Amino acid sequence: MSEVKFSKEHEWITLEGDVATIGITKHATEMLGDIVFAELPEKGSNVEKDGTAGVVESTKAASDVYTPVSGEVVDTNQAIVDDPSKINEDPEGSAWFFKLKMKDQSEMDSLMNKDEYDKFAKESGN
Amino acid sequence: MEIKKTSLNKLHQSNNAKFVEFAGYEMPIQYSKGIIEEHKFTRSHSGIFDVSHMGQLFIYGDENLTEELEKIFPLDLKKLKLNCSKYSFLMNEDAGIYDDLIITKIEGGYLIILNAACKDKDFEILSNLLGTKFKMNLDHNRSLIAIQGPKSVEILNSIINEVDQLNFMTGKWFDFDNQKLFVTRSGYTGEDGFEISITNDKGEKFVQNLIEKGAQLIGLGARDTLRLEAGLCLYGHELDINKTPIEANLKWAISKSRLLNGGFIGSEKIINQMQDGANQIRVGIKPEGRLIAREKTKIFNDNDSQIGEITSGTFGPSVNGPIAMGYVDKEFSKVDTKILLEVRGKKYPANVCALPFYKKNYVKGVN
Repeated sequence: MSEVKFSKEHEWITLEGDVATIGITKHATEMLGDIVFAELPEKGSNVEKDGTAGVVESTKAASDVYTPVSGEVVDTNQAIVDDPSKINEDPEGSAWFFKLKMKDQSEMDSLMNKDEYDKFAKESGN
Repeated sequence: MEIKKTSLNKLHQSNNAKFVEFAGYEMPIQYSKGIIEEHKFTRSHSGIFDVSHMGQLFIYGDENLTEELEKIFPLDLKKLKLNCSKYSFLMNEDAGIYDDLIITKIEGGYLIILNAACKDKDFEILSNLLGTKFKMNLDHNRSLIAIQGPKSVEILNSIINEVDQLNFMTGKWFDFDNQKLFVTRSGYTGEDGFEISITNDKGEKFVQNLIEKGAQLIGLGARDTLRLEAGLCLYGHELDINKTPIEANLKWAISKSRLLNGGFIGSEKIINQMQDGANQIRVGIKPEGRLIAREKTKIFNDNDSQIGEITSGTFGPSVNGPIAMGYVDKEFSKVDTKILLEVRGKKYPANVCALPFYKKNYVKGVN
C-alpha cells in the first residue's frame, strides 16, 4: 500500500493498485464532534476530484465530504452508516468511507504527506 | 461590540471549553467529552449549566404591580403563591411572542427570567408598559447556574441544606458563603433540577463546590439536545414574534380564567385562535431512519405541497435517533401523520409524533 496522503478538506487517502481508500482525518472528527449520521456515494457512481462524495453530520451541523481524487466508487463502508460513532472511534482505520477505482493516479501528487498535513491542520485550525 | 463574558468564563476555560458566541456572550458549546457524553451524563448523573447570559429581572411592588402585570401576562397572578413560578410569554397585540420566560412571586415583587437575546428589549417593553411606578432591576450582578439530572438534588442539598424540600416550579432564598442566593426547582432539560441565582463574586466558588461533589460542566450543545428531547421550545427557533402561544401548542401555559375573560395584551387573538384553531401548529417530528432534518427543512405532504417547516432538529442521544420539532398546517398535525422532509434536494419520510421524545422526571409533592 502507498503512503497515506491528505487533502485540504481533511480527507485521507491510500492507494493499493489502482484502488484508493478514502476517509476523513482524526483532526476532522475532532473539529466535527460526535458524528451521528453518514451518507456515502452510491456504488458504481463516478465522483470528480474535489467534488462532494457524501455527508457527515455531528450533533452540531452537517458537513460535506469531498473526494480528493476522481474515480468510480467500487465499495462503501456500510458499517459507518449503521453506526456513525465508529467514525469518531477509528477515523483513520476501520472507519474508511469509500473506495475508488482511480482514473488518473497523478492526482495523488498534489496531496499532502503526513507532516505537511499535520502542519496544515495545526495552522488552519479548522 | 465587545463580547461579554460570564463570571464562570475562566472556569470554562480551565475545563477545556470550546466557545461560541451566543447572544453577545462567549459561551461554552461543549467541553472535552463532547455533546453526547455530556447529554448522557446529565440524564444519568448531574450536569451544571452556566446560564448567566439569561436576564434576571427583579420588579418590586405590591398588589398594584400584580394588577399591572396581569394586563401583560396571561396568568392568574393574584392566585400565584409566594415563591411559586409560572412559565409565560411577553406578547404584542397580535399575540406574537417577544419572549418566553419564567416568572416567580418573591417577597416584595417578582423575579422574571428572560432569554439572553431578548432581555434588553424585554426590559424596554416592560418599562414602557409599567412606567416609573415600580422599581425594576435587570440585575447584571448575579449569575444564573442550573444543575440538572437525577443526582442534582443530593449534590445541591449537600451544599445548601434543605433544597430537597422544594417542589417543582417553586423557589426560596438560601444562604451560601454569607451571600443570599435564590434557588428554584426548575430547568430546561426534562430532568429534575434547580436554577440558582447567585452574586457574580460567588459563582465560581459555588460551581467548584458542585464539581467536587460529582457534578460536571455541560455546554450549550447538550443543553439544546436535552431540551429538544424534552419537547421544550427555544426562542428564535420554535418561538418568535410571528408565532402565538396557541400556534406553539402552549395553551397549557395560559391560565384558564384569563382565557375566559381576557384583559391581557394579545388576548383577543388568543381567544379567537382558541375558538377557530390556528392555521399552523407546533408538533414533534420523528424522521424514519437516521437522517437529521435541521432548522428550516421544508415539510411536504405526499402531493408535493409544502405544509410546514422544521424549527429545530438534531440527533437525540437518549432516544438514540434523529428528532425534530416544527410547524405544520393544522390538518397534518395529528400524531402518526406521514410527512416528507426535504434534505439536500431529496425527500425523506417522517412521522408527526407526540412530545416529549424523552419522558420527564420532574419531582412533585416533596412536601
